[in-house]
Amino acid sequence: MIAGSNLEKIVNSGNFVVTGELGPPKSSDITQLKHHAEEMKDHVDAYNITDNQTAIVRTSSIACGSTLVQMGLEPIIQITVRDRNRICIQADVLGAHALGIKNILCLSGDHQSFGNEPGSKGVYDIDSMQLLKGLQEMRDENRFMGGDEVEAPISYYLGAVSNPFADPFEYRVDRLEKKINAGASFIQTQCIFDLDRFEKWMELVRERGLHKKAAIMGGVTPIKSLGAARYMKNNVSGITIPDALIDRLKGAEKKKEEGLKICIETIKRLQEIEGVAGVHIMAIAWEEIVPEIVERSGLYPRPQV
Amino acid sequence: MIIAERKPLEEIAAMAAPYKKICVLGCNTCVGVCMAGGEKEAAETASLLRIHRNKENQEGEVDVFSLERQCEFEFIDEVLERLKSYDLIISLACGVGVQTMVEHVPSLRVVPGLNTTSMGYPTEQGVWSERCLGCGDCVLHLTMGVCPITRCAKTLLNGPCGGSAEGLCEVGEDIPCAWQLIHDRLSSFSRLNDLNEIQPPKDWSTSHHGGPRTTVREDVRIDRGE
Ligand code: SF4
Ligand code: SF4
Repeated sequence: MIAGSNLEKIVNSGNFVVTGELGPPKSSDITQLKHHAEEMKDHVDAYNITDNQTAIVRTSSIACGSTLVQMGLEPIIQITVRDRNRICIQADVLGAHALGIKNILCLSGDHQSFGNEPGSKGVYDIDSMQLLKGLQEMRDENRFMGGDEVEAPISYYLGAVSNPFADPFEYRVDRLEKKINAGASFIQTQCIFDLDRFEKWMELVRERGLHKKAAIMGGVTPIKSLGAARYMKNNVSGITIPDALIDRLKGAEKKKEEGLKICIETIKRLQEIEGVAGVHIMAIAWEEIVPEIVERSGLYPRPQV
Repeated sequence: MIIAERKPLEEIAAMAAPYKKICVLGCNTCVGVCMAGGEKEAAETASLLRIHRNKENQEGEVDVFSLERQCEFEFIDEVLERLKSYDLIISLACGVGVQTMVEHVPSLRVVPGLNTTSMGYPTEQGVWSERCLGCGDCVLHLTMGVCPITRCAKTLLNGPCGGSAEGLCEVGEDIPCAWQLIHDRLSSFSRLNDLNEIQPPKDWSTSHHGGPRTTVREDVRIDRGE
């Protein structure tokens, strides 16, 4: 056990993990976020809290994470390298630890040009790999990135993201391995719509035994409408949606139910794939559907460990 | 070379509006080659400015000539008296040229006629692409001659982010993903394994983040004191 988080315990227990995602609002009123957290609290093992997702200014991930801790729930705070240099990131990690946050997910972050402050200066002092390695050393070797000593022990469960759908495809498994070597204990993937490509990727992952070194959680997103699918296909960086899936939605009478079905089928298939340790459900702007997805995927009740 | 492009004429005209004896001063080195501020562009800018000022009924005259380089004292000194005779110099040099002139001759009033964009080269006729940010600690040997500091929108050092798709960067459709290029070059030299090594955080103190930089070469300095 590294940090003793609920997420880590469930991963270690060998149960299929379920995590959800909460997007902080563009205001400091986090009532809705708390409401969504309550709504799915019996259905997910932990909640990702996004860090100024798509480079849009929102309440900070750590502030929302701290609120969840106070509610007795378990956050996974996301940290991108876009907005903070190594001084600020390390300070925030110390702060997050002091506030009882036990899971950290490291990522590059969408470029600032996508967001609502496109004229901002991107930081990118370190990259996501260096972030992972730096946080691992802070935890395991009591050392800040600059070499100074961390004066009291600190611990957290470290994760990273992986996008099997980005290019160059052959490099994606190398990159996953690199992230695991840099300290990632769990991996959440980009939304899976192209299961064939995902399975091909998992095959490569298994060939190298990477699924035994880190818990690989497949990312899923329920699609609410045809428009949402098209939007994601064309506008969200790093996501690929096969035309067949768009056609299936097009042909369906009840788009919402069809989108839900696709999501549930994906989760069921993920449970069959050797080496997939769990699912990460990103139902942004459709949070209330998470309990139904989890139940219909046969993942309810959640294990108590 | 240093790449620049001319500021919009309206902006230049507004800077010039309060002045009477104006000179548009070209620079024939980098910005001459990238067709932003050389002799020809200076003459063009001056005549456009004259037409504009005529229309606005602004009095005065707009002269024009060019220096070989505005970023070296020798070239400035050759025409010092002439430069001093103007109320305003609209420099069509890069930002370095403008500053060399005001530092060397503090009495001059010099404004920039160009926006200096980058260091790069013409990738095709009429297209100049950025290639170096002058980070002060070159890593091109690690990246097969493709600069990730300049060409990766996130200055990543450990491989492509999740936004790389079909060879293009997530930031824009016409921007190649630097890490796809690096990957391809490593692959063609059978050196893909190089990517598995975790590159440590870059020491940005050698770049502009360490403050304005001065390069000193004691071996070529002329001791002025003795
Ligand atoms: S690594 Fe630094 S010095 Fe080398 S090309 Fe890139 S920015 Fe220029
Ligand atoms: S897509 Fe490629 S060039 Fe663009 S930020 Fe990602 S790695 Fe860098």
